[in-house]
Amino acid sequence: MPFIPHTTDDTAAMLGAIGARTIDELFDEIPPALRVVGLPGVPVGLSEAAVTRLMRERAARNRATLCFLGAGAYEHHIPAAVWEIATRGEFYSAYTPYQAEASQGTLQLIYEYQSMLAGLTGLEVSNASLYDGATAFAEACLMAVRGARQARARRIAVPRYMNPVWLKVARTLVAGQNIELVELTATAGRTDLEALADLGDQDFAAICIPYPNFLGGFEPIDELTNWAHARGMLVIAACNPTALALLRPPGEWGEKGADIACGEGQPLGIPLSSGGPYFGFLTCRKALVRQMPGRLVGGTLDVDGRPGFTLTLQAREQHIRRSKATSNICTNQGLMVTAATIYLSLLGSEGLRRVAAQCHANTLELVRALASVGGITAPSAPFFHEAVLTLPWPVAPVLQQLAAAGILGGYDLSADFPELGSALLVCATELRTTEDIAVYRRALAGVLGVAVAA
Amino acid sequence: MREPLIFDQGRPGRRAPSQAPAVAAGTDDLPAALIRRTPPPLPEVSELQVVRHFTRLSQLNFSIDTHFYPLGSCTMKYNPRAANKLAMLPGFLDRHPLEPEAHAQGFLECLFDLQEMLKAATGMTGVSLTPMAGAQGEFSGVAMIRAYHQARGDTARDQIIVPDAAHGTNPATATMCGCDVVEIPTGPDGDVDLAALRQVVGPRTAGMMLTNPSTLGVFERQIAEIAEAVHGAGGLLYYDGANLNAILGRALPAAMGFDVVHINLHKTFSTPHGGGGPGAGIVAVNDRLEPFLPIPIVGRRDGAAGHAYRWLAEAERPQSIGRLSGFMGNAGVLLRAYVYMRLLGAEGMRRVSGYATLNANYLMKRLAAAGFTPAFSQRRASHEFIISLKDVTRDTGVSALDFAKALLDKGFHAPTTYFPMLVPECLLIEPTESEARQELDAFAQALIEIRDLAFKDAAEVKSAPRTLPVRRLDDVRAAKQLDLTWQSRADSPAVSPR
Repeated sequence: MPFIPHTTDDTAAMLGAIGARTIDELFDEIPPALRVVGLPGVPVGLSEAAVTRLMRERAARNRATLCFLGAGAYEHHIPAAVWEIATRGEFYSAYTPYQAEASQGTLQLIYEYQSMLAGLTGLEVSNASLYDGATAFAEACLMAVRGARQARARRIAVPRYMNPVWLKVARTLVAGQNIELVELTATAGRTDLEALADLGDQDFAAICIPYPNFLGGFEPIDELTNWAHARGMLVIAACNPTALALLRPPGEWGEKGADIACGEGQPLGIPLSSGGPYFGFLTCRKALVRQMPGRLVGGTLDVDGRPGFTLTLQAREQHIRRSKATSNICTNQGLMVTAATIYLSLLGSEGLRRVAAQCHANTLELVRALASVGGITAPSAPFFHEAVLTLPWPVAPVLQQLAAAGILGGYDLSADFPELGSALLVCATELRTTEDIAVYRRALAGVLGVAVAA
Repeated sequence: MREPLIFDQGRPGRRAPSQAPAVAAGTDDLPAALIRRTPPPLPEVSELQVVRHFTRLSQLNFSIDTHFYPLGSCTMKYNPRAANKLAMLPGFLDRHPLEPEAHAQGFLECLFDLQEMLKAATGMTGVSLTPMAGAQGEFSGVAMIRAYHQARGDTARDQIIVPDAAHGTNPATATMCGCDVVEIPTGPDGDVDLAALRQVVGPRTAGMMLTNPSTLGVFERQIAEIAEAVHGAGGLLYYDGANLNAILGRALPAAMGFDVVHINLHKTFSTPHGGGGPGAGIVAVNDRLEPFLPIPIVGRRDGAAGHAYRWLAEAERPQSIGRLSGFMGNAGVLLRAYVYMRLLGAEGMRRVSGYATLNANYLMKRLAAAGFTPAFSQRRASHEFIISLKDVTRDTGVSALDFAKALLDKGFHAPTTYFPMLVPECLLIEPTESEARQELDAFAQALIEIRDLAFKDAAEVKSAPRTLPVRRLDDVRAAKQLDLTWQSRADSPAVSPR
């Protein structure tokens, strides 16, 4: 019997101790009309060898491609040690560290993680993770509404070029609490500062500033931060964590710095994995710590005065506070945080900065190479890590033909942002080589019917 | 045994150079004002230091792989290695989530099959795999219930009923969905107080959330009457699947009258808890709620050339409550559950609930015979049961918390303590089906020894744990003198171990 250790003798002796004749008898409190004997629709069990064969066959049907697609998930190198260690049974099969004395490994690791993310974002406090970037953004909005100076402010201002899926997710998650996400007007790929005056004196709890924005461009971070603070609003930064090794962190934006930072942790050692599990990070100023959702680990001392770690400020959480909790989150993405902490330790600040710089250099090289194909326009403003190309033809069929050639050519922006025309979002991480870029350029020229020099 | 912080192990300039590009690329084209002035405070350590540090940290943990872990309501069963290995095959692991569907047929087929098996295991007609943990499954369920009432123009329904023994996520979820929470009491034998329920249902009832078997470790025998009361008032019934392990293959939530169910795949279907996630909190629904399922969902088109799998999203699901994740949920967790379910098959699933229940009832009987007090001794245990230590605490001053810490010294993870809150000094014990009889006997023996010691030398028990990396920690200090990051220690050197 898979995963059940009982011998026939064990079972008989245990039933004897209970005073039951069969295992089925143990279910005699379930009303007979509700009992079922089988699960039609579930196939018979297979051996590990047979399931291995099945899964290998299915995995092989997923075609391998050359990836120039980002749009929220990025293919980075993951050092071998990251998952070798993260999947050790002592991390993999442990529960949430409620019994602190028996969980010091996980607790210290989360404390180190919190330190790293607080440092990367330039803020003081980090939680132990949320589900992913999109839900971290939603939780940041909820947190800002709770922490807002104007108690009745239930609007969050969001630039036009925010990740469109994150916006959908946030709308799903905040809908029940009558919170409204209000889109700001943009010109030339970023928020139009002059149009901010059109908002009049509406109450806003916060503004969220993506960094870089969904197009890979830069919002006027300092101006928006100062504008928001002058209106009594909080500032939420939605950041790519790799970028923060190279770019000015949210804690240093404007005169006072952003108040909350959130984002998708996947670039920090988490495989693309068909969409998840990833993890969301959330950091903030110390003054907002009691509005923080999710778990927090703190240092303390034991009865002998020795230092140790424990979950803290649990009065914010659902298992204590029930209907008054800051969020309903319980299970988060612990193992992903384990991987990310190992990743950040292996890379260090110089390593991570080099990864960021190489991603940027490769994207720059990609943009130059593709823009040399006739009819394609490169962006004029600075970008990081991702950039928008304008094609002379609709993007979808171009991407389809590239995919048939084994190339993931990027993200078609035309459905989400029709004002951009035939716009294609491309990305080249540190893993793309000059040769990869040449392959893409030749394939794209072929699709567009343009002759290019090899 | 203590491990210094990784930050304290570094030296300026030390790196693990094979892990980053050899040459630092230029960034001259970026505006100077955007460049970071001081590097982030990350550790400066070698690869071996990293491997050693995190290996040592792992050794400070209890886990299923190293210890019996009878944590009630958490279903800490064996996590098969095959599930991990097969979910991490490159064909799944290296796929970008936005790859064209044509490139992802093998992956989508696994998810489609998983949806079908989950329908079979619940008796429901629709499934969405996208919720990333139980709490997100709960959110989806309550949001769907609200959307259902709204779609019918029944807009006054804003109350969610929960039993007082419910998980904290139930009331927290109701609040997140903008509902008021109405708590109802539990009767003396562990079933819901039906009269109290009948009093509170009415035109404001959106629905009721129920765990069955309940967190008290007993099957709710009046489930048909409860369903009738809630449905009769116009509300819907939500099944919190935290305890599905107890009835897998033996009773279907749909047949009990539930309209929506979430399942914690990291409990019943054995995906790892990972020190606090990732989980997966899939939702299954009946026809009433099917149009409102969160997206995306995997669909299948049957053609002459075979099946074609694809994502169903906004265009095809206009009444959906929407998206819950940046892509499609915790794919890798779903694959691990899929592997586990294929290994078990229908018979294996039924065995899971059978042996989980056998283990719980055996351990309860054994402890009762040794003089411990089960909270509901006249009832069958489900896959878990409660022992109340009230009498021992009264006579010796040794509390459930002290028992929990003393168990750690004996090499057992503690059961859940002080939950559900209505049973004083309680231990909620869930052995799971994957533990052998001798492990249960050893655990029972440990509890007996601790109790004996409590009567002889209570102070000794209260001083536990003594054999772990730390002894009892000062939670009040942790909350009052917040030390949440390494950087903060520079400000308050008193806490610093350096």
